Amino acid sequence: MVMSWVWTGMVLLSILCGAILGNGSALAAATVQGAQAGITLAISMAGSLCLWTGVGRLMEQGGLTQALSRLLRPVLYRVFPGTRTDAALARDLSANICANFLGLGNAATPMGIQAAKRMKRGDTATDELCRLIVLNTASIQLIPANVAAVRSALGCATPFDILPAVWITSLCSAALGVTAAWLLGKVWRE
Amino acid sequence: MTDYLVPVLLFAASALVLRKKENAYDLLLQGGAEALRLLTAIVPALIALLTAVYMLRASGAVTLLSQVLRPVFSFFGIPPETAMLVLVRPISGSAALAVGAELMAEYGVDSAVGRTAAVMLGSTETTFYTISVYFGAAGIKKTRYTLPAALFADFVGFFMASWTVRWLF
Repeated sequence: MVMSWVWTGMVLLSILCGAILGNGSALAAATVQGAQAGITLAISMAGSLCLWTGVGRLMEQGGLTQALSRLLRPVLYRVFPGTRTDAALARDLSANICANFLGLGNAATPMGIQAAKRMKRGDTATDELCRLIVLNTASIQLIPANVAAVRSALGCATPFDILPAVWITSLCSAALGVTAAWLLGKVWRE
Repeated sequence: MTDYLVPVLLFAASALVLRKKENAYDLLLQGGAEALRLLTAIVPALIALLTAVYMLRASGAVTLLSQVLRPVFSFFGIPPETAMLVLVRPISGSAALAVGAELMAEYGVDSAVGRTAAVMLGSTETTFYTISVYFGAAGIKKTRYTLPAALFADFVGFFMASWTVRWLF
């Protein structure tokens, strides 16, 4: 329902702006170009998206998930103290983080939700649950396949050269996001 | 060196699975099929949203928006051209993909704006959507400080995307 308002608003805004700034003819042409660009983009990014989702599956089955969760354990214990006593929670959480990391968003969500259900208290979010959501919205990803797909679809010769920048950026946003959540948790009592 | 990163990763991923005596090729195809399903699910949204984005750009609204927000964005060192992407990113994933792809096409994939848009897309999530999915499924009504903290993480992402692109390219 939100998107209906957003979309209608976008169209209305473009009509208003077009009328005020006198861009009517360009606006009319844009309606056709945009729709075409949508399907062109989808088709040209399909190849790399398929390949990298497949590779994500391979890395998951190849044991990267286990290796990652071993690496993650010390961090997990700190950010989510509940995992020290609850083994199932620790498993769900590291599976969630690893699936996100390998770009398997569809696999990550169910495990994250399971972890969230174990963390909640009644209908209130606990501090740990808030941190879980923040971690999930910060998106730490090894290979952002859809972005690389868009870049190569647009003729980029080195679609993966942004990877270091993506890694640094998402690590910073996750770390600072969790820190902000931790600080807010001190002042924002249940 | 970096030329070999991706090819070697492809080899390593499938070799690791083979070593476990599992069907690597089959997994590759399964993943591909899953991606295709996902893609067909978002194509209608991509078409609808790119139409709206193209209309906004042609009408001059995007230029107007980035001019209005220019002082704020410049203060943080974020390219004002990405204003639309920053506003849309937390709300809708396909809309952000549409806006980002349009930015990369207009300014060039290897331009500073194009790269910043790509890094922003790759390192942030659809915050409002994620929050509603998690809290909806877990049956939580009192979300406390989750939204401000998550939006702060997004802001750090947009900020760092602009600066890492400046540093690394």
